[in-house]
Amino acid sequence: MGNPKGFLEIKRKEAGYRPVRDRIGDFGEVEQTLNLEDRIDQASRCMDCGIPFCHWACPTSSKIPEWQDAVYRENWEEASSILHSTNSFPEFTGRVCPAPCEKSCVLALHNAPVTIRENEASIIEKAFEYGYIKAQAPKKRTGKKIAVIGSGPAGLSVADLLNKAGHSVTVYEKDDAIGGLLRYGIPDFKLDKHVIDRRLEIFIEEGIVFKTNQDVGVEVSFADLEKEYDAICLAIGAMKPRDLQIKGRELEGVHFAMDFLKQQNKVVRGDEFSKEERISAKGKNMVVIGGGDTGSDCVGTSIRQKAKSVLQIELLPKPPEERKENNPWPYWPDTLRTSSSHLEGCKRRWAISSKEFKGENGELKGLVVCQIEWSRDKNGQFKMTEIPGSEEIIEADLVLLAMGFVHPVHEGLVKELGLDLDPKGNIKTNNNGQTSNAKIFCSGDATSGASLVVRAIDSGRKTALSIHQFLEK
Amino acid sequence: MPMRNLRPSQQGLYDPMNEHDNCGIGFVANIKGKKSYEIITRGLEVLSNMEHRGARGADNVSGDGAGILMQVPHSYYKKLGIKLPLPGKYGTGLLFLPQDETEEKFCIEVLIQILEEEGLEFLQLRDVPTDTNAIGEIARQSEPVIKQIFVGGNYEQDDLERRLYLARKQAESYVRATKMKEKGMFYIPSLSSKVLVYKGMFASDQLGPYYGDLQDSRMESAIAMVHSRFSTNTFPSWDLAQPFRIVAHNGEINTIKGNRLWMQARESLLKSEMYGEDIKKLFPVVEPNKSDSASFDNVLEFLFLTGRSLPHALSMMVPESWNEKNPIPDSLKAFYEYHSTFMEPWDGPASLVFSDGRYIGGTLDRNGLRPSRYVITQDDMIVMGSEVGIQQFKAEEIKEKGRLKPGKLLLVDTQLGIIIPDQEVKSQLTYRNPYQNWLKENRLDLKAIPVEKRVPSDIGDQFEICKTTFGYSKEDFERVILPMASAGQEPVGSMGNDSPIPALSPKPQLLFNYFRQLFAQVTNPPIDSIRENLVMDLTNYIGAVQKNLLDETPQHCKLIRFKSPLITNTDLGKIKKLRHEEFRHASIDTLFKAAENGKGLEDALDSLCQLAEKAVDDNKNYIILTDRNVSKSMAPIPVLLATAAVHHHLIKKRKRMQIGLVVETAEAREVNHFALLIAYGASVINPYMSYAVIDRLVKDGRLSLEYKTARKNYIKAVDKGLLKVMSKMGISTIGSYLGAQIYEALGVSKEVVDKYFTGTSSRIDGVGLKEISEEILCHHTKAFSEQDPFENQDLLNSNGSIHYRKNGEPHSWNPQSIGLLQWSTRTNNYAKFKEYSTIVDQETREPNFLRGYFDFKKNPIDVSEVESAEKIMKRFCTGAMSYGSISKEAHEALAIAMNKIGGRSNTGEGGENSKRFYSSARSSIKQIASGRFGVNTEYLVNADELQIKVAQGAKPGEGGQLPGFKVDKIIAKLRNSTPGITLISPPPHHDIYSIEDLAQLIYDLKNVNPTACVSVKLVSENGVGTVAAGVAKANADLIVISGAEGGTGASPLSSIKNTGLPVELGLAEAQQTLVLNDLRGRIKLQTDGQLKTGRDIVSMALLGAEEFGFATSALVVLGCVMMRKCHLNTCPVGIATQNKELREKFLGRSEWLVNFFTFLAEDCREIMAELGIRKFDDLVGRSDLLVKRRDIKKWKAETIDVQNLFHLPETDGHELNGVNATIKSIGEVLDHDLIKQAEKALHDGEKVWIDKKITNTDRTTGAMLSGKVAALKPKRVLDEDTIHCRFRGSAGQSFGAFLEKGITFKLEGDSNDYIGKGLSGGKIIVNPPVKSKFKPEHQIIIGNTALYGATSGEVYFRGMAGERFCVRNSGAKAVVEGVGDHGCEYMTGGRVVILGSTGRNFAAGMSGGIAYVLNMEGRLDYFCNQSLVALEPVGNLEDIHELQEMIHQHLMLTQSSVASKILTHWEEYLPHFVKVIPYEYKKVLEEKKLRKIHRKLKKAQAQTQVHE
Repeated sequence: MGNPKGFLEIKRKEAGYRPVRDRIGDFGEVEQTLNLEDRIDQASRCMDCGIPFCHWACPTSSKIPEWQDAVYRENWEEASSILHSTNSFPEFTGRVCPAPCEKSCVLALHNAPVTIRENEASIIEKAFEYGYIKAQAPKKRTGKKIAVIGSGPAGLSVADLLNKAGHSVTVYEKDDAIGGLLRYGIPDFKLDKHVIDRRLEIFIEEGIVFKTNQDVGVEVSFADLEKEYDAICLAIGAMKPRDLQIKGRELEGVHFAMDFLKQQNKVVRGDEFSKEERISAKGKNMVVIGGGDTGSDCVGTSIRQKAKSVLQIELLPKPPEERKENNPWPYWPDTLRTSSSHLEGCKRRWAISSKEFKGENGELKGLVVCQIEWSRDKNGQFKMTEIPGSEEIIEADLVLLAMGFVHPVHEGLVKELGLDLDPKGNIKTNNNGQTSNAKIFCSGDATSGASLVVRAIDSGRKTALSIHQFLEK
Repeated sequence: MPMRNLRPSQQGLYDPMNEHDNCGIGFVANIKGKKSYEIITRGLEVLSNMEHRGARGADNVSGDGAGILMQVPHSYYKKLGIKLPLPGKYGTGLLFLPQDETEEKFCIEVLIQILEEEGLEFLQLRDVPTDTNAIGEIARQSEPVIKQIFVGGNYEQDDLERRLYLARKQAESYVRATKMKEKGMFYIPSLSSKVLVYKGMFASDQLGPYYGDLQDSRMESAIAMVHSRFSTNTFPSWDLAQPFRIVAHNGEINTIKGNRLWMQARESLLKSEMYGEDIKKLFPVVEPNKSDSASFDNVLEFLFLTGRSLPHALSMMVPESWNEKNPIPDSLKAFYEYHSTFMEPWDGPASLVFSDGRYIGGTLDRNGLRPSRYVITQDDMIVMGSEVGIQQFKAEEIKEKGRLKPGKLLLVDTQLGIIIPDQEVKSQLTYRNPYQNWLKENRLDLKAIPVEKRVPSDIGDQFEICKTTFGYSKEDFERVILPMASAGQEPVGSMGNDSPIPALSPKPQLLFNYFRQLFAQVTNPPIDSIRENLVMDLTNYIGAVQKNLLDETPQHCKLIRFKSPLITNTDLGKIKKLRHEEFRHASIDTLFKAAENGKGLEDALDSLCQLAEKAVDDNKNYIILTDRNVSKSMAPIPVLLATAAVHHHLIKKRKRMQIGLVVETAEAREVNHFALLIAYGASVINPYMSYAVIDRLVKDGRLSLEYKTARKNYIKAVDKGLLKVMSKMGISTIGSYLGAQIYEALGVSKEVVDKYFTGTSSRIDGVGLKEISEEILCHHTKAFSEQDPFENQDLLNSNGSIHYRKNGEPHSWNPQSIGLLQWSTRTNNYAKFKEYSTIVDQETREPNFLRGYFDFKKNPIDVSEVESAEKIMKRFCTGAMSYGSISKEAHEALAIAMNKIGGRSNTGEGGENSKRFYSSARSSIKQIASGRFGVNTEYLVNADELQIKVAQGAKPGEGGQLPGFKVDKIIAKLRNSTPGITLISPPPHHDIYSIEDLAQLIYDLKNVNPTACVSVKLVSENGVGTVAAGVAKANADLIVISGAEGGTGASPLSSIKNTGLPVELGLAEAQQTLVLNDLRGRIKLQTDGQLKTGRDIVSMALLGAEEFGFATSALVVLGCVMMRKCHLNTCPVGIATQNKELREKFLGRSEWLVNFFTFLAEDCREIMAELGIRKFDDLVGRSDLLVKRRDIKKWKAETIDVQNLFHLPETDGHELNGVNATIKSIGEVLDHDLIKQAEKALHDGEKVWIDKKITNTDRTTGAMLSGKVAALKPKRVLDEDTIHCRFRGSAGQSFGAFLEKGITFKLEGDSNDYIGKGLSGGKIIVNPPVKSKFKPEHQIIIGNTALYGATSGEVYFRGMAGERFCVRNSGAKAVVEGVGDHGCEYMTGGRVVILGSTGRNFAAGMSGGIAYVLNMEGRLDYFCNQSLVALEPVGNLEDIHELQEMIHQHLMLTQSSVASKILTHWEEYLPHFVKVIPYEYKKVLEEKKLRKIHRKLKKAQAQTQVHE
């Protein structure tokens, strides 16, 4: 620990976002960076706790106090190597992680946790800048071959570790580019796509083979893969979106959020879409149904597309601003979260139930909603009741459904392989990430349901180890 | 015939090896050798007057032992009509014989036969008249048949003595080797032509009545040496009563294990012209299974009867300290150094009296912790003893009064009729041989050997291999080595140790970690190695060929001298290169074949031992054990195992003395590692990997020091740490620590321990060679394989042994347990608490704790039948955490909560604001710790429990300190000190150096507050049961057994991890020993140490605890999140900090604690219901309800056996819990009368005058009266001198202890130790009686440790004081005419005027107050420990007035002639006064003055402005 009194002498300082007026004009990353001195000061706030609750709360068990200390000593190389020892992609988590670590930081007891995520991001950026991140191909190859299907954070994490262990890894991606949700789910203003490419170049140099536009089960036959590879890992995510089957669902102007976001990501890349294909919020009254992160991404994207108005509605009641008594530190707080996009000019409403899409000529014009009330029934289960007379019609030209994902897409591969599913429809695995087919492993959202990038990364690490042990046998 | 009640053997956790005894000793002699019966009766009187220093057993009649040694009373035998040769031509002695007649006869026959073989003539046996009714039941059951034997031999007397000795030793060995049932009863107290010993298992007043001879006035002797024993047990032990054949010993030999082993190792080399081949008949020199004192006597007798004089032999065995801080001649230093090369000191507190019939004398060890006072009368009588006043003389009869000084001898030659002073005795010794020259010519100094080639610290490629093979973690680099190398300090940690013991850890561990340091508690004191370093020494030697103890030649000191046991690579290179024929070495690899695992390890150890033996046979002088050559196929043997194996193998082969052990290892890195290697035989260690790490840290820029400086710092840190480890056990020199095995093995199999660590105790079995080698191979394999990307490993692995890591060592305080506990208690949610307790219990059963092995025998009842939570909560206490270490807010929250639930909070050692005494935030347990901070009379009377903290779990055997930055104004006020000044708590209580001292302190406290229960806090270690039994006999009401795992606040890391034992072991041992002694019923047992749930509480109750302490858990409830930053004052939750900003962050509420304790009690109730126990009392001690789990099948954990914990001693009807534990009374004391006479004063504040006679058995006079006065507060405070008492005589110990304001004591006579202890505003004046003929200023008038912990008041002593005058005084004013060693030690306030000389180490650790010393000899600068203080002339006017005024008062109150002379010649004397003032204190005073001036200035300015 660099400075035992750092937390007393230095206040938490966030880098903050670019000014709203400025940032909504482009798709560049909204978050700013601190100067070096401030960053080091921020790292010095870490108290090197006897029990680092941050480390406990982090799904990848990042050894946070250790790299904070390295930052304090300005040893970026050491900091980077500590980071990488538990996480192959600090550049992703440093940008998009909701940072459970900071919620559990001891300094969060008094609302000023260490800027752990930002510090992480700056370490990895410094490490790239100084050339510490270099390809390190394994010295020996084991001769074992592994196919990873899906190139999201889980798949990449699996691929990286297995490759480092000397196995030969090929990654199959059905889309036209590697990255999965990282590439097409998260808007550029949160994660610039060169960050992914930069990492991929190193992976390629290290010997991982990437195959895009390879929808296994369609372009590639699974049987072939099974023959060619010693083990296969499914990291196909939980891509089946939750739908809203109410009247008017078929109207033009109701889309799944992911379709909307993906298209924008491609546009930023330079792809072009015809007017018919294009889903744009420009000049429209637009409503996002769903109060989560995807919804928030839709808000930010719509604002950049110059929507006329943006409203985000959520079925659940508004969370409290502060922790409630029965949701104490160091646990994850169920409190109101406000993203950079929310600050860019949108309305948010809670406890709103959507009842019907109204349209004219097959085109969406409005959304009928009503206010609801949540209470507990006698079994302690939450239940909702409509508040009589609260029905209203919201003007809407574009509605995006961002209500989460139910489970992996079953059609195609999953069905074809006949893998066992759990009651939620996720791919069932044992403790080692092994599916009902011994040679097939599954990692990330596909087995757990949709979750955080950082969980996917950690799941990838664990699955990689299982595969490694499976191959060693 | 009833079963003989012999001493119980080792059973359960009780081990007779742990028995201790402390005592009172003394002698009476006629200097001119005039024999009389009076000397004997006076000797017996001396004994009776020391009754309070001995103890009685459970039957309250049996004493622990008493005895007398006198000259052979030839004329008495003549008068009895026994036909004997001329005096000096026959020997005699008592025989203790078996009760069984056949065996008795057999023993006598054996003895007679051996006597005849030695050319002696059996004359006759005499029945010794004894009175069985004079002794207690326990003593009677083991009473031997006692006969007296007379043996003729017409030889020159010394020759006769040797023959008697030979015969006695052989008879002892012979009987010992038989299979006799009662062979243990055969014992020969003495067999000599010069002296005769009477002794037995008596209380001190039973000796005379028991032996008819002693009542016969026809007996006569010029010498009577007596001893009264206070043993920790009350098992039959007639033979262990003292005196032994030559000495009587008060104290304890801490290094006894090592001393015995070395003596054994030496036997093969012993050659004596006097004895020739016969010398073998004397082996073993040390009788097995006897006490430390007995072993000491054995060796002293051996040295004496093989030709050395008694002073010579004693100076070898108990040398005084001779390092540069001691003012003794160089020739004498050379004598000591020379002898230290072949005889290690028998180290430990010792006051010894000895006699061979002609000479009689006494000596003290270098620390001088035991009191020894003497009086010489006008008619040539000398009386010496532990106390003054044991013999009464008229004032005019006394010629001289004095005391023994540390390391000095007092010798009386009754034949020449003179007293030989120490200086003369010692100077005679130095003339024996040209020791100085011998040393100069033979002894090499390591530093003086020229360097041929530097050996680099960089070890190249081997670095990575060693790093992994020896399991170096990031914490080793950053939390251990780095702080040592940068600051020269051992690293500090906080909040105890909540990780499993190594055997239960799921991770591989270093073998070092399995060993726990032992430490001194109660029966002997730890030493302050920093403040009292004048007695400490790390010098060691290796390499010698000539080790015949009985000879003295220049070759004896042909050795290399090391100033520190750690040597650099280059130094090791030097000694490897030495080609001198007397310095040859053999290097032996300590490696084993990795492929062969456990078997390979065993084979390698065998061959290692063989190679070592061969090295001895090849006449090598030292062996270098090295692990430098680790390779893929060869893994390292744990260096500790290798060292111990070689050491013990060579001892067994009697080849150890011939060779020195040097260890070159990458494994050792921490202080404890080095301490262990030395404790198991290594003289010198080269930790090359530590140096390589330091080198790396320097090169990486982590250390901004030069490598050399960093290494120096590291070695310094290790040296300091070693001194501390030694001093914890009360050991001063590395010479005696070497091989002393001051450790217990925890979780190592008996086979491994018995074979390689012979003599070490290991009580729960544990890992064998198989597991040990597996642990090494875990690391070793990794070192030679590719890096595994799955290991989450960066550059260095952090294994989480100190700070929690998710994949590291388990910690029982972890995010989940903390999160759930806080959640449940804050929201008063019992269901959440059950979640917490379920998780914690599950982790305990991993197993992470020994109690995790327990299952309960169930017999369910409905929970409603179990007694209420309210009742159970009364058994709960909070741990002692001082206000100072924790914040006011936290401290008060604890007190309020405990008062609400009817439990007790513990104020810790920092005092308490008196306002709180009378509020709901009163702590009902008031602690008395070694610093005595804030301990005054008012504090003591406002308590329900007074707790004497002997040790604390986190750092037993050590003192503490509150860093200056935590001492703010309020804390300073409570502790009577100065803000900003670091406060030191000494390692020992300076009034507890022994068990009888503890009894005295308990007695003191019971006087002050007779209604409070007195408890003694001990820490779990091997032998704590025995100590507990002693404490019970010392009249405590409650014993706390603390687990070593517990502990809040800051401590050195090595102490947190490596000292003390898990609470289960200590508690079970205490319970078993107390039950065995039938002492359990009269005392209560409390326990603490990582207790977290109802299951923990019930487990502990079944092992024997009836009360429970909680510290960490209570803090967690209040918001602690185990930052482990207590030592930095940066606690972010406002608990362990005094920083205002941080204290504001404290959120804790006492209600949360109430919830917590209620939940705990409910949790208990549910478990009690499962067990079918309705009342908690019925749970206590029921270890029969515990069953060992059989389902634990984990690697190392499976090897552990906890069966011994469940052992229930087979006793008939001994109580299992404290059913009869009422608060014990102290009986009649002088104060009862004082209080009666002072009634008017107490009632109306009227003045009263009282006049009383006093003797040394009147102890703690004034304390009870003071308690009454203090109880008047806060409403009334007495005026000065309201109660005025005059006493005449020799006052007992603790005269005027805790004397309150308003009371004045004037004593005409003298007093013993602890006068004015805890003085709280009273006034004490001590004067010699008017008719005295001696010069008072040259006589000792009060004992040792005067004014210990005094907080205010005044004292005037006309005469000299003993050692440690005004130790930890924080506010009293004192005038005295001379002091012994360590004067004003740890003083933090007050004024002391010394009108005479001071001893060594004056003002050590003094951080406040001022001493004015009359420095007529001009040597104060030498005698003063100047590390904290400045010496200045008394120049400024204020000081001069203060000094003058105090001397004036002294003159007025004592009529001191010295004071009168000084005042009348003021101008002449003033320049000779030196003002001793601590730097920090001076700074604070000056700042204060400046502030005052500034204020005045401002005021003045303001006024001028007004005027304008």
